[in-house]
Amino acid sequence: MSDRRDFLKSSGFLVLSIGAVSLADLEALQAGGPYPDPDFRQLDSWIVIREDNTATFYVGKTDLGQGTGTAFRQIMSDELDFAYDRTTVIMGNTDVTVDQGGSGGSDALQTDGWPMRRVAAEGRRVLLEMAAAQFAVPVSQLTVSDGVIAVKGDPSKTITYGRLIGGRKFNVALTGRNADETTGVAKLKAVQDMKNVGQSPQRYDIPPKVDGTNKWAVDVKLPGMLHARNVKPPVAGAQLVSIDESSVRGIPGFVKVVSKGNYVAVVCEREEQAIRAARQLKVNWQKPATAPFPSSENLHKYMRSATPTISLPPVAVGNIDTGLAGAARVVTAEYDVPFQGHTSIGPAHAMADPSNGQMTIYSNDMKSYGMRNGVAQFLKMPRDRVRVIWMDGPQGYGRTAADDAGFEAAYLANELGRPVRVQWMRDEETAWDTKGPAYTFTMRGGLDAQGNLVALDYDARGCDHNHLGYNEAGTVLIAQLAGLRQEKPNTGGASTPNDMYAVPNRRMAAHVVSLPLVWETPLRTGNLRDPNGPQTTFASESFIDELAAAAKADPVAFRMKLLMGSTADDTGFKRARSIAVLKAVAEKYGWDPRPSPKPLGSGDILTGRGVSYAFRNQTVVAQIAEVEVNRKTGKVWVKRFVCAHDCGLVINPEALRRTVEGGMLHSLSRSLYEEVTFDTEKVTSVDWRSHPTLTHLDAPAQIDVVIVNGDPNPNRPDLPHYGAGETVCKTTIAAVANAIHDATGVRLRRMPFREARVLAALKAAKV
Amino acid sequence: MANITLNVNGKTHTVDVEPSTPLLYILRNDLDVHGPRFGCGLGQCGACTVIIKGETVRSCVTPVSSVRGAEITTLEGLSTNGVLHPVQQAWIDEQVPQCGFCQNGQIMTAKVLLDKNPNPTDAEIRQGMASTLCRCMTYYRIQAAIKRAAKVTA
Ligand code: FES
Ligand code: FES
Repeated sequence: MSDRRDFLKSSGFLVLSIGAVSLADLEALQAGGPYPDPDFRQLDSWIVIREDNTATFYVGKTDLGQGTGTAFRQIMSDELDFAYDRTTVIMGNTDVTVDQGGSGGSDALQTDGWPMRRVAAEGRRVLLEMAAAQFAVPVSQLTVSDGVIAVKGDPSKTITYGRLIGGRKFNVALTGRNADETTGVAKLKAVQDMKNVGQSPQRYDIPPKVDGTNKWAVDVKLPGMLHARNVKPPVAGAQLVSIDESSVRGIPGFVKVVSKGNYVAVVCEREEQAIRAARQLKVNWQKPATAPFPSSENLHKYMRSATPTISLPPVAVGNIDTGLAGAARVVTAEYDVPFQGHTSIGPAHAMADPSNGQMTIYSNDMKSYGMRNGVAQFLKMPRDRVRVIWMDGPQGYGRTAADDAGFEAAYLANELGRPVRVQWMRDEETAWDTKGPAYTFTMRGGLDAQGNLVALDYDARGCDHNHLGYNEAGTVLIAQLAGLRQEKPNTGGASTPNDMYAVPNRRMAAHVVSLPLVWETPLRTGNLRDPNGPQTTFASESFIDELAAAAKADPVAFRMKLLMGSTADDTGFKRARSIAVLKAVAEKYGWDPRPSPKPLGSGDILTGRGVSYAFRNQTVVAQIAEVEVNRKTGKVWVKRFVCAHDCGLVINPEALRRTVEGGMLHSLSRSLYEEVTFDTEKVTSVDWRSHPTLTHLDAPAQIDVVIVNGDPNPNRPDLPHYGAGETVCKTTIAAVANAIHDATGVRLRRMPFREARVLAALKAAKV
Repeated sequence: MANITLNVNGKTHTVDVEPSTPLLYILRNDLDVHGPRFGCGLGQCGACTVIIKGETVRSCVTPVSSVRGAEITTLEGLSTNGVLHPVQQAWIDEQVPQCGFCQNGQIMTAKVLLDKNPNPTDAEIRQGMASTLCRCMTYYRIQAAIKRAAKVTA
């Protein structure tokens, strides 16, 4: 146990806070340091048990509102044999929790669930040995339940964990090359022996979020703090020529204009003063000589004609050219996906405190460890002088992986020698947050005379050159604007479909294209909730539907045949589980087999249903959307979603359901509304009017989430827990597009399906 | 600057601030009332919602000088004697929030909706909540929670 931990403990921090930092403790937190990394090879870094028989688990992940903190408490309580409601968890604070990377990739349970189970199991083993010594009996003579150890057959001999270890250290060394591999010598429990797993205790973070007592990163207030606002270039790629500081000097509370390169911020004593100063500051910018990007209307034309910066080696089965040449019928289609933003409900923000020659950042950064390392590098400070206190914040589903405000606050606090809070404004966030890459797709498919799919060609272009979605000192936005960036752009990536379809001749090719302006652009790409999957699956699963329609086959049956024909498999049994979710979703929905589209209905409201399927890592989902399309207005309403979801062992079914519902509706918003629009100088979608989002009016009347365990050996004692936060984001868009096609006979190949676009398509097709 | 007296959750405060300052910043920064949050500053999202005279008010676009003396209720003021308002309880029972950042606006707007219309239809709920945004898209659960609360309050 580090001195730091002892200090926090004596300050009452460990007892008071559950999951996030209590504001009363912030002042105490300002002292102390340096902050060495908690040692993952010490059991004490992971579990603390107190005399009163309560325990706190230390987890180096961040819970962004999907309930991973609750889930960690459940699985760790089970392995430790401890009462769930006597546990708390502390997450993501760089100086007290082991670096497990924070959040990303839906890997909390899939990856980090294992070391957390192993350290808890090791804790149980050690405690049993201590009790065995105390009672002078072999461990096999002991039973344990809810943190109370008893000698079999002798009810007078019991002792609690708290009595055995409370207030003292385990001093037990663990092994493993890295935090993921951390292990003791204890064996894990069989799934069948876990009591909390599979239950749905309510999320501990919800009551404080509902009664107003939660302490968010936006709430942190420190003595002597200042408020900062950024002033962004009005045109992408503009160069700063001069600043007229006299334009703001008269504002009460004005402290300073800070500028470096093209980075400009104003700092004031009060928040409203900083907002006013940022609006009022006169800055002379020089526009770039050439346009930074085509307009959003011309984006896809540009992308299709651009020379790729890289082309990934195609994935090939059979021979696509002979496959297509031999087909009885060839279908082709092009799909386009715009840039889509994270557009978090709360713009970027952070507080940085430079007291005591350290830098403490209070932040909702999902990757707090990355920010700690990045800021240390950016400010050229030793790592152990920088720490990030992770706190709750508005979820951006990948936005805070590149936590601009944290770096900016640290930079400004360092400049001013006082705590500084940075808060982005709405227009700034919507225009300048990281973006999910735009895509174009060209698809070709060949059917034989019997309607079997014999050739499938996928060619994708992702506008993802210089992917900047991380807390890197060389790429975070302030580094770019301030002229402190790395020299070379990152190569970025583009992805291919994730399905288990067997097609004898198949090629999947993906290319990365670049816009003219690579740096200092509001169109920088980052990781938006399953970074490429929604785009890729929109195209691939829409196209499978087009092929099914061409073959006059039922869309579920068409997919099932492709899955049944496959022989490919892996240790995750993805094929078996793909078949299971597709069956489950059709059954739950009450799917009646028939080809799409259905005969065009009469009346203003046309109804239809569409299916889609994909996997992400080891998680497999199938989804059905039922839509109503208003043929007079083009308005689309998803009346019902059904999702069959297999992520292996489910820790907390109710939390999982809500995560899946949220993921579906997030992608529904991307399906129907979201698009980053821009002219050839700047982003023009800057608020909730110019960048519409899903609202209460769009909520489906019914959502069914069917939890499936399609493992060929469903009762295996080692059933793995896979990730759950993102897979369903893949399937939603195609399910909606396929349902619109079923209802209207019209195929939408360009997202989003806003009313005007749908109406124009219906008119063009004379629907 | 001017002295302005505010009545928030039954307590009186006097602050010396620029009268045009949005109420939101006074609540958060001067009075340490953190239920209302900054989401847009434009009156478009609802994250900053407070209740004044039985109506939802978006504090980010409300000059503090315009609410002198008015009784302002925030999320912190919804419970009575430590008992949560039925809307808040329904939010917990239904496990509504994901990140929770927008939920101040959702809860406050739902409370006013139910005060005015204790038995809203599905369409009335959708309409009444339409301009309160959630980027975690918890709308489906919010609507379920409102129906749950309506059963308790009706
Ligand atoms: S913050 Fe006031 S409406 Fe958005
Ligand atoms: S719960 Fe996250 S924005 Fe609504």
